[in-house]
Amino acid sequence: MSVKLSRFLGTALLCFATGAAFATPAIQHWQSASGAKVLFVEDHDIPMLDVAVSVPAGSRYDSKSGLASMTHEMLDLGAGGMDENAIAGGMADIGAELDGNIDQDMASVTLRTLSQEKERDKALDIMSRVLQHPTFSDEILSREKARVIAALKEDETKPESIASRAFYKAVFGKHPYALPISGDVAGVGAISDQDVKDFYRTHYNAARAVVAIMGDVTQKEAHEIADRLTGELPVSNEPLPMPAVDMQIKPVEERIPHPATQSHILIGAPGMSRTDPDYFTLYVGNYILGGGGFVSRLMNEVREKRGLAYSVYSYFFPLGQPGPFQIGLQTKKDQADEALALVRRTLDKFVAEGPTEDELKAAKQNIIGGFPLRIDSNRKILGYLSVIGFYDLPLSYLDDFTKRVNSVTVGEIKDAFARHIHPDAMATVIVGAPAK
Amino acid sequence: MRIYLYCIALLAFGMQQVASAEVFEKTLANGLKVIVKEDHRAPVVVQQVWYKAGSMDEVTGKTGVAHALEHMMFKGTKRVPAGEFSRLIAAAGGRENAFTSDDYTAYFQQLEKSKLPLAMKLESDRMQNLDLSEKEFSKEIRVVMEERRMRTDDDPHALLQEKMMSVFYEEHPYRHPVIGWMNDLEHLTVNDVRDWYRKWYAPNNATLVIAGDVDHDAVFALAKRYYGPIGMRTVPPHRNYIEPPQVGIKRMVVKAPAELPLLVMGYHAPNVVDPLRDWQPYALEMLAGVLSGNDSARLNKDLVREQKIASDVSAGYDATSRGPAVFTLEATPSEGKTAADVEAALRREISNIVKDGVSKEELARVKAQVMAAEVYKLDSVFYQAMQIGQMESIGLGQQAIPLMLDKLEEVTAEQVKDVASMLLKDDNLTVAVLDPQPLSGKPRRQTGDSSHVR
Repeated sequence: MSVKLSRFLGTALLCFATGAAFATPAIQHWQSASGAKVLFVEDHDIPMLDVAVSVPAGSRYDSKSGLASMTHEMLDLGAGGMDENAIAGGMADIGAELDGNIDQDMASVTLRTLSQEKERDKALDIMSRVLQHPTFSDEILSREKARVIAALKEDETKPESIASRAFYKAVFGKHPYALPISGDVAGVGAISDQDVKDFYRTHYNAARAVVAIMGDVTQKEAHEIADRLTGELPVSNEPLPMPAVDMQIKPVEERIPHPATQSHILIGAPGMSRTDPDYFTLYVGNYILGGGGFVSRLMNEVREKRGLAYSVYSYFFPLGQPGPFQIGLQTKKDQADEALALVRRTLDKFVAEGPTEDELKAAKQNIIGGFPLRIDSNRKILGYLSVIGFYDLPLSYLDDFTKRVNSVTVGEIKDAFARHIHPDAMATVIVGAPAK
Repeated sequence: MRIYLYCIALLAFGMQQVASAEVFEKTLANGLKVIVKEDHRAPVVVQQVWYKAGSMDEVTGKTGVAHALEHMMFKGTKRVPAGEFSRLIAAAGGRENAFTSDDYTAYFQQLEKSKLPLAMKLESDRMQNLDLSEKEFSKEIRVVMEERRMRTDDDPHALLQEKMMSVFYEEHPYRHPVIGWMNDLEHLTVNDVRDWYRKWYAPNNATLVIAGDVDHDAVFALAKRYYGPIGMRTVPPHRNYIEPPQVGIKRMVVKAPAELPLLVMGYHAPNVVDPLRDWQPYALEMLAGVLSGNDSARLNKDLVREQKIASDVSAGYDATSRGPAVFTLEATPSEGKTAADVEAALRREISNIVKDGVSKEELARVKAQVMAAEVYKLDSVFYQAMQIGQMESIGLGQQAIPLMLDKLEEVTAEQVKDVASMLLKDDNLTVAVLDPQPLSGKPRRQTGDSSHVR
């Protein structure tokens, strides 16, 4: 049996795609004829190719909850004259992997394939159909709606899902970031064939697409790939601007009963956007508070000193607009209030006093010293290309990373936290709460 | 749940020609086997130390001790106090963790390449000088209990898996969960973990794997310097368990708060013991690929897409383990369908294969995925090291990796059909069903329900 137990559950990792200075990859960039932005790193070490096409078509654009996610899911279930089995089977025949990702802002389709002409050409052919000519069959939509609704009902029984949904609602109120990415039962149930087609036509737009290409192709081939994947995407108007995130929320504490043995606790508020001038300062500060694996303050106080939880963390999830700052942990019900009080004290103290010089030094040593690990694979570099392109970050982002981290001071962290994080005005959600 | 067999196949397929030329082995005088995989794409290195001791080496009443020790390995030595190991690795820009399975326990660090000596210094120190205190143990065992609550007690699918394995195996220690039964965790003492440490944590019961932008001779010299002085110790032989033959189908129900039922069918199956002569494990890997290797594979195509009986379905098998394996089929019934419905549908799929076999195209497709994954594997230094460490720790050795890849390529459609008819039989089968319970204690609306499984 291969059940593996790790000493630590890495939660915060996914939220910070950030990297910095040793030999950084040389990024080539251009705009394709379709208007799409292209970022390319040429690398012939391994005979394979990674491609990601991203569009601003995440759940923040939902007119019915779950519409963005459903549209994204339907892309490879029939496209350009191929049915869903021909698409999956066609990719498998050449060992290619077609995947996708969706969050509040962005929907993306990714491809990994062998780079030899035969495999590459077939894989790109299928991917170009999936992106540009999805069929959106009515019958398949009905089937997928039933599957998603079943999964949503299942989620509604899981303490971690219940907590997360309540948390986003409490933090973002009426802003669309409050919407669960995969939707809710009522919203998904109401999605029509026409909704999906309209959503696609409006949001899968050539001029707003970002194509990231990494691996064993030449620049000329990369140009052709970008054209092939975006040349026939819809052309549409800019979507309406989003309402601003209300940064000042009222303090709320929501206690939701659940039969689980543990309480799942989330605490937070709107945090920062991807382009916040305080981005690096908050990132480094959060490493010290709850982002730095086994050596963070939260980990030390809650787990190492008192054994109150297996996992405890904090992170900023930066989006186009300010995404959440979130602290999370799970602990046995009868010690939930003790753990919660401890987390609050730890946060209060950090915001009031900032980190020590020694803590900052250790944080910089880790983040800067570990920079090579951030860009040690094609997959990781592809992720950076997409984020840099999608959020309009400078192309020198990776080159500047260690410099930016190194310049952060204790005073700046204290100041930035004081401006962004207000411990007395945060949302707290406790699922499986002890009786009070 | 197990790592999917299909992935395992990939695990098992290592480095053919080019890559195998870059794997170097050396055994130190104290018995520590050192394996170096050079990969110069990025200036990084990973160190992994694998001990041949996992939860299957535990005894009744002491389950969870292997994993509890894994936690305690971060709690300090005479020279490096509690917490310092993690602080030093963090300050070197490193990432670190550890994991325990039924078969082995492993520790790793990923670092910029010049930091390898530091990682070796720390890892070799805790191989011999661990300072196990009652005070640290009493806190850490509570962390482990929280981990158990989170991963198993409050997760219906994990709970089903745990309870199913305790029925699936009658004697083999795979019947016990890696994390340990809660009651055993409540009774474990610091002396138990100390005994475990003394029994198994010796250089001659370990494999050191280093992968990344390094020179193998330099690594061997460093390994000798840091690990060489540790004394060899007598390690007890690993007990080989032979599970008594199953003599009839087993069925069970697990009730837990959930919305959807889940059906899992598990068949006893062989693991790879003789990589060259075995054929069944390779045929089973192909069978799992044919059943659920991609979204157009049989199970998803038939049960989810066409018949709409299930909302999710998969097949699983892991050929590489120290002990016997399991071939699993699992399915979540669609709304209005029952566990009995998906069981019947899965049985139809099996009998189709037993009767008509699989097509050449289906087999070629699975093989294409396997071969492509061999190339994709080169994008992860960590994964390449994992594969080597795992193969060494289960006793097959990393040199079996290319051999197993060849064997997979040789699997015929006839063998897939034969293995299905020989092994996927009722006398070999355990069926477990998750019977979802309402959260509130109020009765659930009845839809066609799963609780009346025979």
